[in-house]
Parts: sequence; structure tokens; C-alpha cells
Amino acid sequence: MNKMPKWADAVLIPLISILLAFFFSGLVIWAIGKDPVVAIKTMVQGAFGSTSGISYTLYYATNFIFTGLAVAVAYHARLFNIGGEGQAMLGGLGVTLVCLAVPWPHWTLALPAAMIGGALFGAAWAFIPAWLQAKRGSHIVITTIMFNYIGAALLGYLLTKVLKVPGSMLTESARFPEGAHLPNFSEILAPFGINFSPNAPANMAFFVALLCTFLFWILIWKTRLGYEIRAYGQSETAAKYAGINPSRIVIIAMLISGGLAGLMAINNVMGEAERLIDNAVEGAGFIGIAVALMGRNHPIGILLAALLFGFLYQGGAELSFWESIPRELVVVIQALVIMFTGALDNMVRMPLEKLFVALGKNKKKEA
Amino acid sequence: MSVQNEAGRQETVAPTASAPAIELRGISKAFGPVQANKDISISVAKGSIHGIIGENGAGKSTLMSILYGFYKADAGQILINGQEVNITDSQEAIAAGIGMVFQHFKLVENFTVLENVILGAEDGGLLKPSLAKARKLLKQLSDEYELSVDPDALIEDLSVGHQQRVEILKALYRQADILILDEPTGVLTPAEADHLFRILEGLKEQGKTIIMITHKLREIMEITDTVSVMRRGEMTATVKTADTSPEELAELMVGRKVLLRVDKKPASPGAPVIEIENLEVVDEQGVRRVKGIDLTVHQGEILGICGVAGNGQTELLEVLGGYMNGTGNILMNGQEIDLSGKHSNGQTRRARGISHVPEDRHDEGLILEFQAWENMVFGYHHAPEYQKNALLMDNAGIKEMTQKSMDKFDVRPPNPKLEAKSFSGGNQQKIVLAREIERNPDLLLIGQPTRGVDIGAIEFIHQQIVALRDEGKAILLVSVELDEIMSLSDRIVVMFDGQIMGERLPSETNEGELGLLMAGITDTGGAADKPAEKAQ
Repeated sequence: MNKMPKWADAVLIPLISILLAFFFSGLVIWAIGKDPVVAIKTMVQGAFGSTSGISYTLYYATNFIFTGLAVAVAYHARLFNIGGEGQAMLGGLGVTLVCLAVPWPHWTLALPAAMIGGALFGAAWAFIPAWLQAKRGSHIVITTIMFNYIGAALLGYLLTKVLKVPGSMLTESARFPEGAHLPNFSEILAPFGINFSPNAPANMAFFVALLCTFLFWILIWKTRLGYEIRAYGQSETAAKYAGINPSRIVIIAMLISGGLAGLMAINNVMGEAERLIDNAVEGAGFIGIAVALMGRNHPIGILLAALLFGFLYQGGAELSFWESIPRELVVVIQALVIMFTGALDNMVRMPLEKLFVALGKNKKKEA
Repeated sequence: MSVQNEAGRQETVAPTASAPAIELRGISKAFGPVQANKDISISVAKGSIHGIIGENGAGKSTLMSILYGFYKADAGQILINGQEVNITDSQEAIAAGIGMVFQHFKLVENFTVLENVILGAEDGGLLKPSLAKARKLLKQLSDEYELSVDPDALIEDLSVGHQQRVEILKALYRQADILILDEPTGVLTPAEADHLFRILEGLKEQGKTIIMITHKLREIMEITDTVSVMRRGEMTATVKTADTSPEELAELMVGRKVLLRVDKKPASPGAPVIEIENLEVVDEQGVRRVKGIDLTVHQGEILGICGVAGNGQTELLEVLGGYMNGTGNILMNGQEIDLSGKHSNGQTRRARGISHVPEDRHDEGLILEFQAWENMVFGYHHAPEYQKNALLMDNAGIKEMTQKSMDKFDVRPPNPKLEAKSFSGGNQQKIVLAREIERNPDLLLIGQPTRGVDIGAIEFIHQQIVALRDEGKAILLVSVELDEIMSLSDRIVVMFDGQIMGERLPSETNEGELGLLMAGITDTGGAADKPAEKAQ
């Protein structure tokens, strides 16, 4: 007995939620004396109006796909991994060490190695909270959040004392060798005769993110491990009954989660900055939570939500640049989107369900 | 216990001349597309006990929730003593003289009886006057009815039977004239249930009106004056209890003829399948749950373990099922099994030929959010026949297998892609049963096979268990329903406080004797004699 057709659940509800969020954002912009219509035009123009804008939007989206998938994997095991931020930072360290270790001849060799480095370091950073949760019962939300701070402090230390180029004033690592440079969209698309802004950041990592999205789907819904992760996430007592080892699932799910967060570094560290800089993650780990929430922990949903947040990030940056709308207000708009799509889901859902039930009844009467 | 009376078929009881204590007229309530109550009218005479019987999901609880102000009816009227009332919350229900005793008690565990009784009905800011008043009333009530409870005892120290009395006292303290009890005997021993019925009779004599919701036909026959039967949200009949029979009520509940007794041949037990020796189980809090028990189950027999819930039966099943640790010796088909959890879990047990239908299908047996096909391999998902290759599960093949199993076990609707939570209790249980029986186990552990299962499905489930026994399999049955134990088992073992109180043959015992054993009462050396030894 379905209350609502599937398309309404998957498409209509998020759409209405986003429109509501934009409506209220408009009110806020109007309240500070700016024109909401101009603002939305600026955002859309900024995010999609030029190849450079599109590139930035995709670049941000790539970050969010990785962190969104990371949060979602853990969430399928009912683990709330708030530590994507720290795991992505450590992933950056892993990528940096790999890229600087060898004078890479070509990116096709550097990329797989860097992926392993990033994923390993991210997974290692997630392992400690996971072990503490599985064996000692320390709550994963608390430990992962603490590990964000430890990670930031660790990286701060390494960047000022260990990785810093001698004689430089900047707290950043040395530049990666030329052979570790990932082709950006301009270089990828040039052979097809498409002109793309050469200085914009979207790069090869975007396709790795797409691949991960697909593999995520396979893992969760097609493999035994995914089956066990979901079973454990739904009911720990049932998992025990079935002979699934809870500690094992907690640790494996968190390793995958941390690994995905760590993989983000091939985008921001290897693809964009081409060196490790301080605060390279820029909050993407936290945005991942919103992305997973909005995308209902489904790969397609995460992909779309990541693109939306990419648009909000890039469009928001343009907004504060051109319309002198303060950066903080752009954060307000992002928060409204999160609130309406995630937290206030039922506000849209309940009336819609009633509407569909009423429609269904009318149809039956006519028949 | 069957009261056969051909004369009084489906005679509806006409409202008495004086205003009935409670009258419902045309109550309807829908939740979205589900019509939980359809045009329900009943009238209960003052000073009578009225039973409402129906299967799970028939709408009994919804109706009572409307009466108590939890839900608002879409249509219809409620009349109390002939006066129409509008009940929108429980405070108004209490003001109208309605008291409710829920199936799951709503008591503050670390408060005393007195504190619980006055909770929410204090007279003022200071508790002392209310407490004194309540103490006086409690004294008076315990003299009048058999409602004695120590007013200063903490709730957590009381037995469930006594906790229930506190719930009744709460209602009486609030001057309830109409008492509604929802499945009151679910957690009681037979002796406690009898005591409850005596209390209810006493209350009735004092002019109180009692409505009792239950799914147990025996209780309806025993205590009620009139009974209403609900099926799929509708009131199918209201009859005088004296004019009906359990068979007729069952038919009214299900909508077709039902076999209430299990039809089975005498058992022909073979070699021992599982031999349990000196099993000890200590739970995570360090409490000894099972205290050195010995049991043997043979091929082709059903060993029934009865006892009030919480006397070690659950832990026994969990240890045998491989997800709780214990000490002792267990031989399965002559070979030892590991009880330490180091080399064993649910999956290794299944590999040894032990299938397990757990007591709690919502929390253990099923993943409610999973679709039927995913549940159909739950616990067996490592079996080679369910794998497509080294990496992927054979989802298409599993769906196909599920479809066959669902047809065979008459799961309705037979849709493998429906989430488990969308099935009724009986059909959920059939899914678990199909999964465990289709693996062709040597030993089937089965806990509370028909809890929350409708009568029609009970019949089917019992038939499946007996059929498995007749194939020569060993079955260890745990149930708190004495009827079920009596009718299914070939041998009965009574558990109390983690120990075996005695062993009986169903033909040589009765519910009274089992009831005493369940309460831990043995006549001298009663536990020692084991008449069933000859079954070997």
C-alpha cells in the first residue's frame, strides 16, 4: 500500500524543499535591502554562466561527492561519522607524501598511487575512533569530532616544522613534481575541440568521484559486505542473531568511510593546489554530512546533492564578490537549504502524502 | 472449556433500558488509506464485563485509544451514562470516569506504589496530604477487593502481577467507573491471571464497568458477560458470552472455520539430536540466567519449554542459537559445540544444522526495513548457492527462491520486493519460518512461534512445526502460551528462575499443575521425578 508514487518521494519532495529554501533565502536577501532576483541571477551566472564557473562548481561538487559518500557508508551501518573533515586532511597528507616521494613520470602512475596514499591515511584516521567504538564503546560522534581537531593540529605542526620548504614563509609543502599534475577539464576537453577555462580547478578527480559513486552502489546493494553493513545498521540485535560480527562491521564501514574522505585529497590537494596547504579541506567534510542527508544516502542522491552544494558554494562566492552580500549571509542560504531538505523533510512530506491519498481516493470513486 | 450452545448464534445484545455505562455510535477512524475503525457501535451495560476480541490489526487498540482521547474519531459519538461526551485527551477521559490499564505498564520504576498512584493527580504543591489520602484509599481498596499491594514498595521490586494491580489502583484513585484493560494477562502466570479475574469480578459487583481487550478466547469465555468481535476494523458481532463458543468466536474473528486444536499423531522419537548438560548462562550484568540445566531433544519430537517470560528461556535459545555465551557441555549429533563464542556464532550454528526462529521477529528474526527477499537469506547470506561470484550476491536467484518459498508458506501478499514491515505479524512469522525450515535443519529452535500472530496463521504455523517433526527433526519449542505448549509438545519442561522445575507428558498433566511449576512451586520432590524418561 504505497502512500505516494516513488517519483514524488524521490523528486517532488526535494524539489519543493529546495524551492522553499530559496524562497526564504530570497526573503533574507530582501530584508537586507538587496534584490533577490538579481541575487539568484548572479548565483546562477556565477556557477554556470562560464566554463570557469562550471569548473569551480564541479570542483566543489567533487569534494562533496567524496565526503558525502564517506558519511553515507558509515550511515548505512548507523554510524555517524562527523570526522570526514579530519580524515580528508590526513588524506591530504597521504597524497602529499606519495606525490613528493617519487619524481613521477606521468599522472597515470601518480594518480593510483596517490589514491592509495590518500585512502590509507584517511582510513587510518578513521580506524582509531572505529576501534574505540567497536571494542571500548566510545561514542563515534565524540571521537571523530575530536579527531578533526587532532588532525588539524597535527597538520599544522607538520606544515610549520616538517613539510615546510626551508627558507619559505608559507606554511605549505613543496610543490608536487610536474608528473603528478592531474589534467584539468581544459586539458581533458581540448582533444574534443571544446574550449574550457584553463585556469579553473575541476580535474580528473571528478571522474574518480563518479567511479566511486558507482562502486558505492555496487558495494551497498550488491555485495555480502554491503548486505551485512545495512543489516547491522538497521538492527544490531538482528545482526548478532544472523551471526554478523558487530565489531567487524563497525571497523570495516569506518575504514571505507575514512578511505573515501581521504580520497578527496586527490581533488583539492593533488588536482587543485598541487601542494599541501593549511586548512585545505575548507569544511567539505562537514558539507558531506548535509550532502548525505539530502541525498538520502543513495549514490544518485549524493551526486545531485553534491552538485547543488557545488552550485551554492560557487554561486555564493560570486554573490559576495559582485553583490557585496556578506559571506555570512551566503552561509545562511546554505543552512536554509540544509534545513529544508534535511531537517524539515516531514513538513513537506506530510501534506504531500495527504494530497496523494486524497487524489487516490478520488480516482477510485471515479472508477 | 467449550460452551456449546446452538441456540444463541450471533444474537446481538439490545441496549438495556437504563442508560448503558458506555455507548459508541458509528465510530470511524482512518489513518491515511487504512480504515482502522469502520462505523463501530457498541453499548456496554453498567456493572458488566465486556470483552473485545479480534486479531492483531483488527482495530481494537485504535478503538480504545479513541475512547481514551489519544486519537480523535473521524465520525461518530461517544456516550457515557447516556450523556454525549467529547474526549480529546486522556485528562478528559479520566474526568469522564474512564480508567485505562495498558498492556505495557506506565509506571515510574523507581517510585513507590503510593507515589505512582498519585502521580498526575496530586492535590496541591505539597505531596504529603495526597500521599496520606492515597494510603487511606489503598487500605480500603485492598480490603474490599483482593487488591493488596505494599504502598511503600518500589515498583521495580514488584512482580508484574502486582505492578498491574498498581495500574488498576491508579485508575480507581482517579475515581474511574469504567475500566479498560488492554491484553491484561499477556505477562501473567495462570495463577496471577486467576487472581486478576477475581479482582475484576469484585469490581464488577461494586458496579464498575469493565472492558477487556484480548485475543485469548479462553479468557473471554471465562470472565466476560458480553463479547464483541472485531475483524478488519469492523465490529462483526456482539453476543452474550453464555450463548457462544470459542469455535464460533474464532470463526467470527477470522472469517472462516478454524481448527483450534492441533491435529497430530503421537510422536515416535529417535536418536538424541542435542544433548545439553549442566548449561550455565550469565548475562552481561553478571546475573545468572540459566542455572545448570540438562535437556535432551530427540529426532521426531517436540520438546516444549514453558514458563513465565524472563525465567531463562530466552537465554537458553540465544546460547543454542550461537549469539550468547555460556558454559557446560552441549553435544549436537554427538559432537561438541563451542559455547564460548570464540569459534562460534549464528552462522556456524546454522552450519551445524541448527535453525532458529527467534522469540522476537522484529528485533532479531527480521530486518523490518529489508525487503522480503533480503530477509529470506538473513543469516544464510554466506551460503554458496546465494552467491553470483566471489564478489556479488545472486540477488535475482534469491528473489526467485523467495517467490517459491512465499508461495509454499502462503505468505500474503506473495511479493518478494515488499519490505518486511509491510507484512502482518502472521505473514512476517511465516517468512522467518520459511527461511528456517526450508534449510532442512536437524534441530529447529523456535521461540514464541505465534506471538502477535492471527488465529488463521497460528493454525498454519502449528501444522508446519508438526510436519517438520514428522520428518524426524528435533524441535525445541519455547512459549509462554500454555495452550500452545499443551497442544504442540510431545514432552513438556517447565522453567522457573533459570532452572528446570519438572518434566511432564502433556497427556499426564494439566494447566493447573504446570501453572504451579511455572510459579516455582513444587510439592516435595516434584521436580525430581521425570515421568517422561520412558519416552526415550
